[in-house]
Amino acid sequence: MSGRESRDGFLLDDPTKVRGWQLGKVTGDSALGMARSYAALIAFFVLFIVLSCTAPGFLEWGNLLNIASQQSAVAIVACAGTLVIIAGNFDLSTGSVVAVTNVIAAYITVRTGSVWIGLLSAPITGLVLGTINGIIITYLRVHSFLATLATSLVYSSLAVLITNGALISVSASGFDYLGDGDVGKIPVSVIVLAAFALIIMFILNRTVTGRHIFAVGGNKEAATLSGVQVNLTHIKVMALSGLASGIGGAILASTILSGEPTQGSSVTLASISAIILGGTSIYGGEGAVWRSLVGVFLLALIGNGFDLLGANQFYLDLVTGLVIVSAVALAASGRRR
Amino acid sequence: MDDTSQDIVRIEGISKSFGPNLVLQDIHLSFRAGEVHGLLGQNGAGKSTLGKIIGGVYRPDGGALFVNGIDSTGWTTRKALLSGVATIQQELSLVPGRSVAENVFLGIEQNRHGMLTGSLRRRFDELEERCHFGLKAETRVRDLRVAEQQKVEILRALAREAKVIIMDEPASSLTADEVERLHAVINQLRCEGRTVIYITHSLGAALATCDRVTVLRDGRWVTTARSVDMTEEKLVEKMLGRPTDVAYSPRRSLALPNRKVLEVSNLIGGPLVSGATLEVHSGEIVGLAGLVGSGRTELARLIYGADKMRAGDINYLGEQFIPRSPRDSISRGIVMIPEDRKKQGLTLSHSVQRNIGLPAASSFRGTTGLSNMKEKRRAEETVSRLGVVPANVRSAVGSLSGGNQQKVLFGRWISTSPQLIILDEPTRGVDVGARLQIFGLIQDLASSGAAILLISSDLEEVLGLSHRVYLMRDGRTVGEIDPSTSAVDDVLGTLFGVFKSSASGVDQ
Repeated sequence: MSGRESRDGFLLDDPTKVRGWQLGKVTGDSALGMARSYAALIAFFVLFIVLSCTAPGFLEWGNLLNIASQQSAVAIVACAGTLVIIAGNFDLSTGSVVAVTNVIAAYITVRTGSVWIGLLSAPITGLVLGTINGIIITYLRVHSFLATLATSLVYSSLAVLITNGALISVSASGFDYLGDGDVGKIPVSVIVLAAFALIIMFILNRTVTGRHIFAVGGNKEAATLSGVQVNLTHIKVMALSGLASGIGGAILASTILSGEPTQGSSVTLASISAIILGGTSIYGGEGAVWRSLVGVFLLALIGNGFDLLGANQFYLDLVTGLVIVSAVALAASGRRR
Repeated sequence: MDDTSQDIVRIEGISKSFGPNLVLQDIHLSFRAGEVHGLLGQNGAGKSTLGKIIGGVYRPDGGALFVNGIDSTGWTTRKALLSGVATIQQELSLVPGRSVAENVFLGIEQNRHGMLTGSLRRRFDELEERCHFGLKAETRVRDLRVAEQQKVEILRALAREAKVIIMDEPASSLTADEVERLHAVINQLRCEGRTVIYITHSLGAALATCDRVTVLRDGRWVTTARSVDMTEEKLVEKMLGRPTDVAYSPRRSLALPNRKVLEVSNLIGGPLVSGATLEVHSGEIVGLAGLVGSGRTELARLIYGADKMRAGDINYLGEQFIPRSPRDSISRGIVMIPEDRKKQGLTLSHSVQRNIGLPAASSFRGTTGLSNMKEKRRAEETVSRLGVVPANVRSAVGSLSGGNQQKVLFGRWISTSPQLIILDEPTRGVDVGARLQIFGLIQDLASSGAAILLISSDLEEVLGLSHRVYLMRDGRTVGEIDPSTSAVDDVLGTLFGVFKSSASGVDQ
């Protein structure tokens, strides 16, 4: 028996299957393993340094805070979306929820005359729509991909119906505080983003729900047999994703001082790209919120770099696409079976 | 019969191990053209592994495989198929939504530059004319009974002109008349000069259908004989007849006083259970023996609340108990260690710490949410108590050996002080050293007052550990035995349905 053990008594049932789950853990001792695990972060810093040296005006507080503020809606959606993907789901309705909620925020503000009620109605609506997604996924047993694809159509249609296809302008004073206001020199939207990101990180790493999110995405069967309420966990992550989209919707409405049903259409793709680029596994069970933030801001830096360097904007999507493919391929290369 | 010219498949000294578990050891065997050859043995004897090596699914660690005299060691399933060796797996591999004909010719479609040519229908009719299986080309596979689906698999093999067809437990999900039809098909294959390697549990079927049978035991070759020279009793003897190589520590006497923890009567539910009656007391290890497919696991899942019961009574700690969900059962002190630890038990990519802490996560509350330190401390205590190697609670569970993974799974529940512990195959895929440690652990748990329901395919394990053993067959408990006075072969006979009278029956 002892003869079959390797030197440290570390027995492998099927060594070929071990490698690859553990990006940066099993393979992590090597430099390549580190590069795989932290590819997006490394790319972010390299790009940051390159832009600092080459692009005039990049390394100024004004520019950096501006980037952060522009990305706040997508980043908030990506934070909650990380939990969705770790739990093994997809939320393709985030963009549509942003559209509905930014319209609702404008509509309610105009109707009630209260900026507070108007801006708060957006996250509440988002929470409700997200919960509906969760219920469809669990109790109606529709795959999240399909369910949210369908509800995204329904939700964007609602946005159009509320405004009759037009645009709702808001002239109430103070409505722009969330999207355009500052505390000291920091934009309010960036503060909201920071607070939301911290809360999501806390949920994921420091609560029972967080443990259950990892467990459900990692091995649903094992989670069920360990007494985890799988359905409830799914509903929670979808509700959080809806809430995040609602906050994003409020920020957008506040920024442009109106509710527009076409707002937010790019959020779904941008947030999922950022999550995957950051290194959260699309198969569930693995990932981190900071990774998605890195993903969001890496993509933002690429865009900002194009602006500052005066590069041809037609190449922006091409470069973004290539960056995402390369990052994911690099991560997958450690996953040989 | 030393004439090797008619050997179509020859195996010379093949060995195979999975991690630390040696599943095949120095097997020498040959299969002749035009014979039906049965491969028999207990669960875990290595018959399926041998079939998979011949079919190119597994690569042997040592030894050589010759097909038609050509060295084919370590070939792929594709090469095996092209050389005329087809495997019909236990789990059928058909595309359920497509037609019979499409399934039969899947992968060998006639085409020119990728465009389908010729009539699928005509090719199918030619094939069907040869075989008379009574299948229609257009029927969707989904709409066929399992036995018919097996025929589709066989046709698929024939469409590729397979000379050797390996069937792994083809009868396990068939009704009696379907089994009969399958055997007629096997006879027909023999008449066409094909070789059938028939892996089965059913001794009667093997003797009736096969020309020769080979018995494996613990990965070793035991005997190959002509069916006419064998009887079912002799086969059982060959499948078992070994000195026990695992030392069981002596069965511990029951701690007194013991109370009835679980009483199940006439339980029906889930996919297989059709009448189960048993009781378990505190401090007692109760074994549940049966063949694969007899409903042991399904019974365990019913009691645990993972499947729904339809009828019968469960009494738990003196109260009527209707299991609703694993979560509910766990909160009442019932835990289960499932049979497939990789699929149902652990999240392999997560750390030991996370896997142990999962059900107890809420007990790690600190001042700022869950405390990683508390979780880590709990995991470290458990790991050192159970002797998990390596003792690093941060390493991924998937990097541990089978035995250590199993210990982690025990560790998940051990600190919750359960009243009833259901163990489904607790030593599957576990090396001998770890097995003994797990046995000790099970006995410790019982001594500390837990009631234990032990399911295992290893009869010696069940008989060696349990105070009482229930036998299951076809979804029912068919008897209760005292393991200290029962011989393994009598029990096996009952399980196979050979000696129907020998168990002290509590038949309902």
